[in-house]
Amino acid sequence: MTIEELNKIKAAKADIVKVRTIIAEEGEKLSKVTGYRKQVLVCGGTGCQSSHSMEVLEALNAELAAKGIADEILVVRTGCFGLCSLGPIVIVYPEGTFYAQATPEGIKRIVDEHLIEGKICTDLLYQETVHDDGSIISLSETNFYKKQMRIALRNCGVIDPEDIEEYIATDGYQALYKVLTSMTPDEVCQVVLDSGLRGRGGAGFPTGRKWMFTKDAPGEVKYVACNADEGDPGAFMDRSILEGDPHAVIEAMIIASYAVGSHQGYVYVRAEYPVAVHRLRIALDQARKYGLLGKNILGSGHDFDIEIRLGAGAFVCGEETALLTSIEGHRGEPRPRPPFPAVKGLFGKPTLLNNVETYANIAQIIRNGAEWYSAIGTEKSKGTKVFALGGKITNVGLVEVPMGTTLREIIEEIGGGIPDGKAFKAAQTGGPSGGCIPAEHIDTPIDYESLSALGSMMGSGGLIVMDEDNCMVDVSKFYLNFTADESCGKCTPCRVGTRKLLQLLEKITEGKGEPEDLKKIRDLATHMKSSSLCALGQSAPNPVLSTLQYFGDEYLAHINEKKCPSGVCKSLLHYEIIADKCKGCTLCARKCPVSAITGTVKEAHVIDTDKCIKCGVCIGNCKFGAIVRK
Amino acid sequence: MTEKNVIPFQGTPEQEAQLKEVIARYHDQPGGLMPALQEAQGIYGYLPVEVQRMIADGMNVSLSEVFGVATFYSQFSLTPKGKHRISVCLGTACYVKGSDKILEAVEAKLGIKSGECTPDGMFSIDSCRCVGACGLAPVMLVDDDVYGKLKPEQVAGIIDSYTE
Ligand SMILES: Cc1cc2nc3c(=O)[nH]c(=O)nc-3n(C[C@H](O)[C@H](O)[C@H](O)COP(=O)(O)O)c2cc1C
Ligand code: SF4
Ligand code: SF4
Ligand code: SF4
Ligand code: FES
Ligand code: FES
Repeated sequence: MTIEELNKIKAAKADIVKVRTIIAEEGEKLSKVTGYRKQVLVCGGTGCQSSHSMEVLEALNAELAAKGIADEILVVRTGCFGLCSLGPIVIVYPEGTFYAQATPEGIKRIVDEHLIEGKICTDLLYQETVHDDGSIISLSETNFYKKQMRIALRNCGVIDPEDIEEYIATDGYQALYKVLTSMTPDEVCQVVLDSGLRGRGGAGFPTGRKWMFTKDAPGEVKYVACNADEGDPGAFMDRSILEGDPHAVIEAMIIASYAVGSHQGYVYVRAEYPVAVHRLRIALDQARKYGLLGKNILGSGHDFDIEIRLGAGAFVCGEETALLTSIEGHRGEPRPRPPFPAVKGLFGKPTLLNNVETYANIAQIIRNGAEWYSAIGTEKSKGTKVFALGGKITNVGLVEVPMGTTLREIIEEIGGGIPDGKAFKAAQTGGPSGGCIPAEHIDTPIDYESLSALGSMMGSGGLIVMDEDNCMVDVSKFYLNFTADESCGKCTPCRVGTRKLLQLLEKITEGKGEPEDLKKIRDLATHMKSSSLCALGQSAPNPVLSTLQYFGDEYLAHINEKKCPSGVCKSLLHYEIIADKCKGCTLCARKCPVSAITGTVKEAHVIDTDKCIKCGVCIGNCKFGAIVRK
Repeated sequence: MTEKNVIPFQGTPEQEAQLKEVIARYHDQPGGLMPALQEAQGIYGYLPVEVQRMIADGMNVSLSEVFGVATFYSQFSLTPKGKHRISVCLGTACYVKGSDKILEAVEAKLGIKSGECTPDGMFSIDSCRCVGACGLAPVMLVDDDVYGKLKPEQVAGIIDSYTE
């Protein structure tokens, strides 16, 4: 591959992809020159595939063929658009109309009415995009998108991730060419440093500094690795990037290999991400075929190739030294640092390890310059951050915002608030290493410093919203359960400490807590933080400490009054049928998932409290208000 | 797991031939043990000690090293899985929406605990962390089928639909 060939592909495809980013009249004009009257994008992200978007895609192709218009309409399967809770998602360009929860039946109507007759099926659209007067706005004008700034996610939901030429059409591999032909390795590291980019895998270490360390480390053989383990339960940013724009990561790794002087790379990705792995494999093969990976890349003389390694489900393997040990084929146990991987990493050689999202920013920084990037964000946290917004929030999905955006903007504007009229209680950031931010701090601008000042952290970008029905003691028990389970067991403070902390929390949620347990938790936490070998053990107490700080009264209610104010902790509540009110309709008995309710028709029913899992199904079904939760 | 659930190893010659091929392929690769175990599990569905021994012999590592790796990672299973594998997501997004109650409903329906297999070999239950469909939380997987926005009362019906 030469730059001329690269530019030829870009020129041939650029307009086709551009139609998906500019809407209304200009897009209208542009679509005339591309040869396609319209383009239909169907989300092929894991979220939408789970809600059967591939069946919608099949129905679409079949219908277009049946109507004989298959060659006028371009169908594109993309990565995640971000609004996963509305999947399957279908977007039609040049209008940019946004169909939510599409079905195979609905798609037939879209073909007939919208694609053929030109009448948009307003009732099938995401209703936020339809105004009262019947006018329609595009997805990019909705509250969900307006406040976002997409850099790492730039191509997600725009290009076909399985087609390298669509990536090239959006300036793909131009940064690589620039680096290989006009920059020294030192200059590359300097640009990354000047941009202010910090690691998106959690700790926020300056990426440029890491590149320099690796470049300067003595040694002939060096490695470049990508951390796509994403062990944080409830986070899916890295997966979405790999699924939606794998070449962005590959291009960045090649750039990094040139900057630090490496010829072999590894992507360590979770085996539970089959779609991401599949697309990454396709992308690697295509890059090799186009001469962008392998020997003599773009005629520069630089050689580099990438291998995929599948993680096998151990959270600790996301920790950098454990990850490298795991690639070496051993139990993924962390090792003491220093030496840092930049000096002594994979197979004992200097190794550069970065997170997927970190890499996803690189090509753009090279193309647009360090100043462009560092103008975005706050003083110490530059650029944007991708969050996986989940839990009790209307728009569950993937969002990318400039650093310094407030939690309120994310939750209320982008996220669309808390569903079912419930009150916002807390946002959990940073996963098991992080903490909860209570409602009173909802106006906090999100960056590395302000989150840690609140006792939480940025972490990888999981952002779980909780409402009044969530019990904070239960939530911290959930995280401790996770870390106790995932502790590798190598060092005692973590192996024993997580168990002990979990036992104390279990005791409290079972109503057996005593006031001195809180002191025990604090003592144990201090000890674990100072003496655990890796950050898993050092940060495991964070969820407990932060909930204790902001929701201490909930702990006290569990301990002193033996009550769970949110009605979650099972041992502290039970369901009962009021015999007088029960009509014996049997509905609750039929609906109870564990058959805990018995009784004969027209007679009062009873609940077997030993069997009951306190799911609340019965209470929601009884039309006579005969069931109470105490 | 419980003793009664240990099923005697029954490998076929075809499986053994496949395994030998995998061993040969990874024998000289640095860090090849993990991918070899992953492919072996793909062949047999789990990693019985007989298979671990073949890998240890074939790749020139000790059985204890193989066992150490096989037990460290949650993806590796030393016991056979059911014909249908049920997996309930206990990632944070699902948990705060009550996926623990989904898991309990599955356990109650099948009369076994998470990590076990029904005596007839039809179903096994596991929990997993974030399958990436948080928009559909709470989520349960049966084999490759995803069930989202689940309520505990729907569990029994879904499981019944897999018993032909
Ligand atoms: C227990 C533990 C789990 C981690 N899991 C991940 C992970 O899943 N993905 C990730 O990129 N970083 C993870 N990290 C952070 C990595 O150790 C490392 O800092 C990061 O991959 C470096 O890349 P960055 O500088 O681009 O952020 C984890 C750290 C710890 C202590
Ligand atoms: S802190 Fe925990 S996870 Fe880290 S090395 Fe020690 S035992 Fe293992
Ligand atoms: S709360 Fe759930 S488990 Fe308990 S009786 Fe009601 S339906 Fe059954
Ligand atoms: S649903 Fe209500 S009225 Fe009907 S049997 Fe149950 S408790 Fe009684
Ligand atoms: S997976 Fe389709 S919008 Fe996220
Ligand atoms: S937490 Fe269950 S799918 Fe993400």
